[in-house]
Formats: sequence, structure tokens, C-alpha cells
Amino acid sequence: MDNLFNRKYIIQGLFIVVALILLGQLFYIQVASDRYFLSANSNVLRKKYTFPARGIIMDRNNKVLVQNEPVYDLMVTPSLVKPFDTAALCRIIGIDMKGFHKRFNKAKNQSRYQRSVFEKQLSVQTYAALQERLSRFVGFETQNRTVRHYPDSVAGQFFGYVKEVSEKDIDESNGYYRPGDYIGKAGVERQYNDVLQGERGVENTIYNARNVPQGSYLNGKFDTLAISGETLVSSLDIRLQKLGEQLLKNKVGSIVAIEPATGEVLAFVSSPTYDPNLMVGRQQGNNYMDIFRLPNRPFTVRPLSGYYSPGSSFKPVDDLIALQEGVIDPNTTFNCPGVYWAGNHPVKCEHVDGNISLRRGLARSCNTYACHVFQKLMTQPKYKSKIAAYDDWQAKVRKFGLGSKLDLDMPFERKGRLFTSEEYTKRFGKYWGYTTIISLAIGQGEMSATPLQMANIMSIIANRGYYIKPHLIKAIGEKRDVKKEYLVKNSVGIDLSHFEPVIDGMQDAVNAPYGTARDSAIPDILMCGKTGTVQNPHGKNHSVFIGFAPRDNPKIAIAVIVENAGFGSAYAAPIASYITETYLKGKLSGNRVDRAEWMKKQVVLPEIPKPKIYWGPKVADSTRKADSAARITVPPAPQKKPAANKKQLQLTK
Amino acid sequence: MSTQQGGRFFFNVDWITILIYVALCTIGFVNIYASIYNPDTSTLFNFGSNYGKQLIFIITALVLGFSILLLDAKFFSVFAPIVYGVTLLLLMVVLVVGRKVAGNQAWIPLGSFRLQPSELAKFGTALLIARYVGNFNPKFRDIKSIFFAGLIICFPLLLIMLQPDTGSALVFLAFMFPLYREGLSGYFLLIFLGMIVLFIADFLVPISVLIPIILLVGGFFAYQNKRKQQMMFSMIIATIVAVAYLFLVKFAYEKVLEPHQRTRIEIILGLKTDPKGAGYNVIQSKIAIGSGQLTGRGFLEGTQTKYGYVPEQSTDFIFSTIGEEWGFVGCSVVIALYIFLLLRVINLAERQRSTFSRVYGYCVASIIFFHVFINIGMTIGIIPVIGIPLPFISYGGSSLWSFTVLLFIFLKLDSNRMGFI
Ligand SMILES: [Zn+2]
Repeated sequence: MDNLFNRKYIIQGLFIVVALILLGQLFYIQVASDRYFLSANSNVLRKKYTFPARGIIMDRNNKVLVQNEPVYDLMVTPSLVKPFDTAALCRIIGIDMKGFHKRFNKAKNQSRYQRSVFEKQLSVQTYAALQERLSRFVGFETQNRTVRHYPDSVAGQFFGYVKEVSEKDIDESNGYYRPGDYIGKAGVERQYNDVLQGERGVENTIYNARNVPQGSYLNGKFDTLAISGETLVSSLDIRLQKLGEQLLKNKVGSIVAIEPATGEVLAFVSSPTYDPNLMVGRQQGNNYMDIFRLPNRPFTVRPLSGYYSPGSSFKPVDDLIALQEGVIDPNTTFNCPGVYWAGNHPVKCEHVDGNISLRRGLARSCNTYACHVFQKLMTQPKYKSKIAAYDDWQAKVRKFGLGSKLDLDMPFERKGRLFTSEEYTKRFGKYWGYTTIISLAIGQGEMSATPLQMANIMSIIANRGYYIKPHLIKAIGEKRDVKKEYLVKNSVGIDLSHFEPVIDGMQDAVNAPYGTARDSAIPDILMCGKTGTVQNPHGKNHSVFIGFAPRDNPKIAIAVIVENAGFGSAYAAPIASYITETYLKGKLSGNRVDRAEWMKKQVVLPEIPKPKIYWGPKVADSTRKADSAARITVPPAPQKKPAANKKQLQLTK
Repeated sequence: MSTQQGGRFFFNVDWITILIYVALCTIGFVNIYASIYNPDTSTLFNFGSNYGKQLIFIITALVLGFSILLLDAKFFSVFAPIVYGVTLLLLMVVLVVGRKVAGNQAWIPLGSFRLQPSELAKFGTALLIARYVGNFNPKFRDIKSIFFAGLIICFPLLLIMLQPDTGSALVFLAFMFPLYREGLSGYFLLIFLGMIVLFIADFLVPISVLIPIILLVGGFFAYQNKRKQQMMFSMIIATIVAVAYLFLVKFAYEKVLEPHQRTRIEIILGLKTDPKGAGYNVIQSKIAIGSGQLTGRGFLEGTQTKYGYVPEQSTDFIFSTIGEEWGFVGCSVVIALYIFLLLRVINLAERQRSTFSRVYGYCVASIIFFHVFINIGMTIGIIPVIGIPLPFISYGGSSLWSFTVLLFIFLKLDSNRMGFI
């Protein structure tokens, strides 16, 4: 019997072993793993999001540039839907039965129990019609959202646009974004997205197993309200912006105007442009493709990505460096026989100026004078080599903001182009000197600048020696916070005394009878400026003007580029003068009103590109390659019809 | 000595077991209350609700239990064949007039209550097995005694299978333990274990791989025992039987089991995931238990429980309420109480003078053990979904009463252990 009695222990042992197995599994699912805890929460919790209104954007005079309009997303919870008059719903929101089933199946595939978007961004009118009958469409409900509205329909490239987040945005946001959220994709909407987007609100509701709401979770402990985005105060003067866009209508080019004392950008025109309202709403995708296919690429933000040789507008910078170096003084004269010989290469001047000094040299834009100044700078005895001379020179030029980004508060700024000595050596071999690169003297050759950089140079001269980082948003939020970097003066290392002689020349360029831009003089205002005619390997020359006004205590610095418009004095200078006068006086005076109207009507569009033709080297081209003159970020789009026959925007909302 | 004074008799009853019993019933009531709880309508004593009914069941069960203690201890031994016979009869009646509940023909409607004969069959069989062993003292060394015992177990088992109520039928395997205690060869337990292992392997490993493995292992052991002809012979037989068993299982699985039973087995073996279908109960039950974490969400705070995510929560899945609201600590306490009860019952059984009482005690422990193991194992996903209640805790009068009768008969026998039956 004894040995059978021992079986008691085997049976009891078995009970204990089985109990330990149960406890082991319990320990695993309850303590070791939090998977089930999370599943439990996702079982009962439904998050309902409320979307914040994006921040408003105002112009420098507190005029609202961007506001929010209510739209309504139609949401559906497939499990709640009962049979209903589908045709009626389709009629109201303007879809067909096929579209209905497509949307409904999509929602069902996402989740049967969670609500998802059925149709996006219904207008207020559609919403009103729908609301009356919504009770008959069980399982459907509406969700408030807001979309952008730009009342002035200008400055498309400045604003950029807002779009629903992509898969990539969601992946990169570490779980912050959810499908259906909006994000700024270009322009200020992109640059200041963090500030503008605000905070999504959330409401946690408990649902039972039959998907019936059971009240808020933990009395709303984790619920939050949506917080609207911050207000942005833009530095733009919307009146100037509008005028600029009108003046550049049917032309390709840019206008950048800066308030020199603050670095605030007053006008930021990129032409051709588009109505930013086209990039809002249900037609966004279609409109995007339409605009994208237009000739001359309206989406290109020319003020910060267009590459142009500065041309003659670079001459003041070179003169300032020469004055600072002491290689010339205001009275130093050179003889202009109409040509400057750099070794065997002639650099032609537009005029035969004879003996010419700084003031007249600038006013007349004498190439010979500029080349002599450059020669002097490059052949200073203090340099051990030509490379040292060039390196020193280009370092001084870079201080003016050329060849690197100015860090404008907009995405996709480009840095322009200014060669280092290494790059020249790479291109020309060991043996190159100032004669090889003489075209830099007149702002051509291996030098390109964005319109923003050109305007900034004017800002520097207007300020007599420094600039403040140009920026488009001057203040953020209720408290009107200003970024610290926008209070810093960036000195260019030129003594104050050297500016007046250069400014004299620029004053004469506009105001003297022999000046290159005398037709653009503004009554009662001393505008100082410099024209440029920039060679363009792809077609007609580009018309350039840079300037500032008034001469004393300047309020505006400006750069205008009109592509394929010929002489700087023809288009760019008058446009700059209209903007400047409007800004300073509030209106144009005398017959200048009519002249501005005439300008608005001019059509100056590039010819159809002939991409296969090889453009031979130009005299002014030190590189023997046809890449020195103006360049735009993207080559002009091929097109079948001449662009001039097309209106800039043929889109209908 | 067969008649006793009331005072002395209560003195002899094992109060520790009764204490555990009451504790488990209380835990049951509290958790049934939680799983039915609705903040808007609940009052503690609402006899129209299920927890109110459970309170009545508990009170009547206690009355029933103490009435059993007042019966003469001889009664059970004497009436064992009659009780057994009556349960067999009821099992047959239920096949004819039974009401279908969840696909099973298990209930006989009796007024407002329903009688579940398979519950009665458990202690009916336990009593007869105990009587058989007590009277004849077989050592289960011969085929005849094994056959007799097997017959007593298999009659009700087969009738229950016909309902069909596989879960309740499975519990009858619990009678292997008392038989083992009384001398049945340990090989039977091992063979039983081997059958389970092979059964599971049959689903996880292709038969074309499994058979060579069995042949190799069998051949190896046969070769090891080549000097002992008898051992070698039995090894070869065992190998052949194992292979035949594999085919039988495959056949039974495909031809005999209902589709929903097949899916249940496949889900538990991880061959299939079906979160909204047959696996739904288990997944929701695991989520509820797992979400309790170490200390639980607290009484009436379990979201899965409160919002009805676990189906059949007050009956077969009551353990998920305990898991969610009381956590690992609460689960451990419940399992510890059961283990304490089982070891106690076995220790009590071992101190019995009469074989009848001892065997009956082992039957009680084994039946409770099977229920606890299968039920909790099912709620935490280590055993297929087999619908049997958690003893003393699950909602339901039939189940509570039959476990009470089962246990209190043993307590009566134990209180009378010095007497002769
Ligand atoms: Zn000249």
C-alpha cells in the first residue's frame, strides 16, 4: 500500500506544475508584455480630433493677407450606416454612384468601426444642403475644418500652399501627423508651418463592444482643445506687391524691394505668378498640374532661385572695394576709347567716354573704367600671387552677400555663384590671371546672383556699409516676437566715407542728363541706382535695375529683373521707379500714372527656345563656354505655341 | 457509531475547506457583479439581475451543502448505483427533450430553472467508481477491473458526447487520477500524455515527417531492448499503434469534428488567426486579462469588462474579469486558493479509513482540477475554447450546485472518517 500512497505526491505535484504553467502564461500576458494593455485601450478608446485654424498672415500695415474659410468634411462610420437614399446623398455632394461605392469601400477598408473621411472640403453651401437631410443618412456626420483664403489673390509664390500630409510626412513626423492633417508645402506656409499649424485637439470617448459611445475617458483627463496657429506679420506691403505683379504681368522676372534699415522685404514678386487660391480646395490637384504645365514655370520662385549675372549692377560693389583698398580715389581717371583690351580680348564699352572718373563712370556705366578698377585691384603689389589677389578680392565680394545664401525665411533659396581660385584653376589650369577673368569687372562671367542678393546689395549701399538679413515675416504671434537674427547688422567692411562718391555716381545714373536711367527719375525724390543689361545665351538680353531711394535716409532698396527685355533702362528701371514712388509718396505723379499703365500692358515673353542651337562664345565671356549669362533654375519648358499667345493663367476655379 | 450528535458532527467537518469554498463563491459573486455592472442601473441586491440570481444560487448552495452534511454518511455509498442510474437516465432524456443551447442539447427545462444532467453525472460517476473500488478493492493489474472501471466512466461520457458537449465529456478523463492512485499503471498516464503530444504534433508537423520520426524513435527503443524480447515486442506494438493513432486523429479531425471545433483547435495551435470569428472570445479574453497588468485596474474599473468586450464573461470567461480588475496578483490568489483546496482535499482523502471515501475524495479533486485547468487555460489561450465553467466562481446555478454537492458529500464522508461505511 505504501508505494501507492506515494502516488499522492505525484498527483499533487502534477497539480502544482499545471498551476505554475498557468501562472507563467499569466505573468507573460499581464506583466511581461504591455501589448494587451495597449490593445485594451484601442478596443475602448476612440479619438475624435478637432482641427485648429491655421495662423493668419497680415501684411506690414496689418491688412489680412490670409484668412480661414470654413469647409466641412463628410465623415462616415461604416458599421453604423443603415440603408438610405444613396442617390440623394450623391446628388447633394455631387458624385455618382460609382464614386459613392468607391468612397464607401475605401472607408470600410480603413476601418468598419472608426470614422473616416468620405468626401473632403464641402463648401458652406453644400454643407447647408446636406445638413438638412443628414439625419436621414445614419452613420454620416460632418467635421469642421478650415481652408486658406487669400483675399488679394496675389503673392502665390510667397504664400506657397497647404496640402494634406503625405505618407512620407507622416513617417517623418514620428507619429505627430495623422492622415487628414494639413501641412505647408511651399513658401511661407512651409517655412513657418510649425508656427502656423497650431495644435490639434483630441477628445477621447469610450465605446462599448457594440460601438455605442459611453462617455468621455477618465472625465476628459486626456482631452485637449484645438489651439489655433500663431498670427504672422509679414513685411510685405500688399499694395506694392500687387503693383509689382501688375507691372510684371505678361513678363518673366522678379521684383525684390527691401526696407534697408530693417531688412524687411516690402515686395517679393515672381512672374509669371498664379492665384494662391487655386491651390486650395478640392481642385487643388488638378490646378497644380495645370499651373505646373504652364510655360515659364509659375511655381519657380525667381527672387530666390533665379540665377542672373548681375552685369553692370555689380560695378558699385567693385568700386567700393577699390576705394577701401586705396587703389583708386574718387578723382582717379582712366581713358575710355570705347574698348578695354584684356590681353587679346576686347571688352567693349557702350560709349567712347574719354577720360572718366568714378562718378561719371558709374553714371555712364563705363565698362572701360570698371575693367581698369578691376585690373588695379588684381595687380596690387601687396599680393604674392594672382591667386592670393583673387582670393582676397572674392572674400570681400562675398561680404556683400554674393555666392552664399542670405538665409531668407523661405524654403529653397539658392546661393548664387562666385568662383573660388581653386575653381578657376580647375577650369583654366595654372595659368590664369585678371585678364582671363576680366568679365567679373562688369558683373559677367562666373558670377550669378539672385534678385534677392542684388536687392540686398542696394540695401548695403543705402545703409552705407551693412545689411540686416532680409526677411519676409517681421513678427510672430500675439506678442509680435521678432527673431534676434533680424536685429543684427552685418558689416561689409567698407568705410563710411567711401560710400558717398559711389552713391554720387548712382544718383547721376538716374538723375543726370547723361545717366543710363534718366527716364526713370522720380519727381522730387532722389533715387540712386544702376542699370544692367545682362547677356542671355538663350535669347534677348535681360533688363536689370537696382537702386534705392531717397538718397538720404533711404526707405527702399530694390532690384528688378525683366527677362528678355533688353536694356536695363527700358523695362527694369521704370518698373523700379513706379514701385519706389508708390511706396514713398503713396501714388504716382503726373504722366507717370499713364506710363505705369502702359507698362502693365506690355507683353515681353521669351521666344520659343531652340535648345539644339549652340550659342558660341561671347566676347564678354571669359570662359569660352556659353554659360555665363543669366540662368534660371529650370530651363524654359518646351511648348508648342508661342507663349505670348497664352494668357498667364488660363485656369478657372 | 453511525448516528452522531449535531455538535460533534459539525466539529468534525473540515472548516478550512468550507472557508476556501466560501472565499471562492464570494470571489465569484464579486466578479459576476463587476462583469454585469452597469453604472446606471446597478444596485447591489437586485434579484432580477444575474448577480442577484447568483446570490440566491450561493445561498441555496450553502443550504444544500449543509443539508448534505446532515444526511447519513452511509447514504452515498448505498445509493451510489441509484444516483448513477438516474443520471444515465437523465442523460438519455436530455437527448430527447433537451433544449438546445449554443448547439448543445444539454438542458432539461424544469419550470424557470434548467437541469443539466451532465453536471449530475460527474458526482454520480464519482460515487459509483468509489463504490466499485471500495467494494472490490481491485488493483487495476488485470484487464477485467480496468474494463469495469472504464465502463462506469464511458457510459455517461459517451452520452454526453452525443449531446454533443465535448467540454463536459473531457472532464471524465479526470477519473484517471483516482484510478492511478488506486493502482492503475503509470503507463496509462504516460500513454495519455503521449496521445495529447501526438495529437498536437499531428497539426503542427506534416504526417510525412511525423511518421518517419515515430518509426525511428520506436525502432531505436526496440533495438535498445533487443535482449528483452517482451519489451521489444511491446515497443514495436506501441510504434504501430502510434502511427495508427495519427491517422485516426486525422480522420476524426476531418470527418467527426464540427467546423467550428476544427477552427478552435487551429486557432489555439496558432495555425490560424481569426480575430473576429472563433478566436474572438480568446483574443478579447487575453486582452482583458493582459490589460490588468500586475495589480489590475481595480474593482468596477475594467474597461473591457465594463463595456462588454468579452463574450460570455460572467459564465465561462469569468476569469477575464478577475484578470482585468485584479491583475496578476488577483489571478495568483485565485489559483493559489484552488491549489490549496485541491491539496487539502487530497490530504483529507488520504486520511480516510474507507477506500470509498478516499477514492471519492480523489474524484472530487480531479474533477475540480480539470475544470480549473481547462477553464483558466482557455481564457489565457493555452487550451482550445472548451465551454466548461470555473468551479464555484462562474455564474450559474446548475454548476454551483453540482460542485457544492460534489464537495460537500466528500466533507460529509470526511467528517465521518472514523466511522465505517
Ligand atoms: Zn566707356
